[in-house]
Amino acid sequence: MSEAIQPSPEQTHDEGHPISVYLKVWALLFVLSTLSYLVDYWDFQGILRWSLIITFMILKAGFIIAIFMHMAWERLSLVYAILMPPLVLLVLIALMASEANYTFLTRLFFFL
Amino acid sequence: MTDSISMTQPEASQEGVPGLVEDWSADKQTFPVPWGKAMMWIFLLSDTFIFTIFLTAYMNVRMTTTVDWPVPSEVFALTIFGNHIPLILIAIMTFILISSSGTMAMAVNFSYRRDRKKVAILMLITAAFGLSFVGMQVFEWSKLILEEGVRPWGNPMGAAQFGSAFFMITGFHGFHVSIGVIYLTVVALKVLRGDYDKKGNYEIVEITGLYWHFVDLVWVFIFAFFYLW
Repeated sequence: MSEAIQPSPEQTHDEGHPISVYLKVWALLFVLSTLSYLVDYWDFQGILRWSLIITFMILKAGFIIAIFMHMAWERLSLVYAILMPPLVLLVLIALMASEANYTFLTRLFFFL
Repeated sequence: MTDSISMTQPEASQEGVPGLVEDWSADKQTFPVPWGKAMMWIFLLSDTFIFTIFLTAYMNVRMTTTVDWPVPSEVFALTIFGNHIPLILIAIMTFILISSSGTMAMAVNFSYRRDRKKVAILMLITAAFGLSFVGMQVFEWSKLILEEGVRPWGNPMGAAQFGSAFFMITGFHGFHVSIGVIYLTVVALKVLRGDYDKKGNYEIVEITGLYWHFVDLVWVFIFAFFYLW
């Protein structure tokens, strides 16, 4: 593959976003991290705790991928190739969670 | 770079789904990015699977144990100036890693403008943040091992699996951070020496940046699932 057909980063997405975009996202990530820390500090429990943790986590991950890793400015061919495969992991998590419930019940039955 | 780009790249590629179809079906390279960047993305994809498998294994052992799981908030609490603050070390580590991602993003931005000095300095600052993160992790590990008596096969606070999950997950993440610090330092020194001005391309900075942001990204999930849950 020759160098000539390699597009330089300047052509694949805007060179244009100013530094202030990164500073804003940085500040936002600080706020979100503080909020998720406060969930623990204020000792929220149950569904409230889990939903807040997940919400802040997804927001943080989204901003890191979209802005810091420039996914928002990539073409769909790359975006889909990278973001779609991890969806199968959700299946793994669902299977393992259901398996874990079964193991837990079996342990309760035999050991307690 | 050269005029040949404008000749081989269609002037106005389509956006959206038609663009997706065009990228995959047209007689050309599918991903319109430098190959090193595409390969880094695919490596990170594989790393995503590794970390997800670790976290899923952790979910499994935590859900199946009939013994109470140690409370991370208490295990990782520190007493600073007489105040007992839950999870404070982990919070500081989180802020450090986010800051390092911020400086890295700015380094990448300056690399588009080929600002050699600023790129190198920002990358070295990022590496320094990374090094302090690893340092705090060493402190955390030694406190847990020496003072609290946590071992991969058991601990005094509760479920035995706590230790193995903790050492496996944070150990693998810390290993990634350490490799990242070395990677960043090497690239920063090469930037400073002017290697990429000679080659006329700074894309390695962006690729290194992808790796570093991924390390931060993994920490977001570890922080949520291991420390806060």
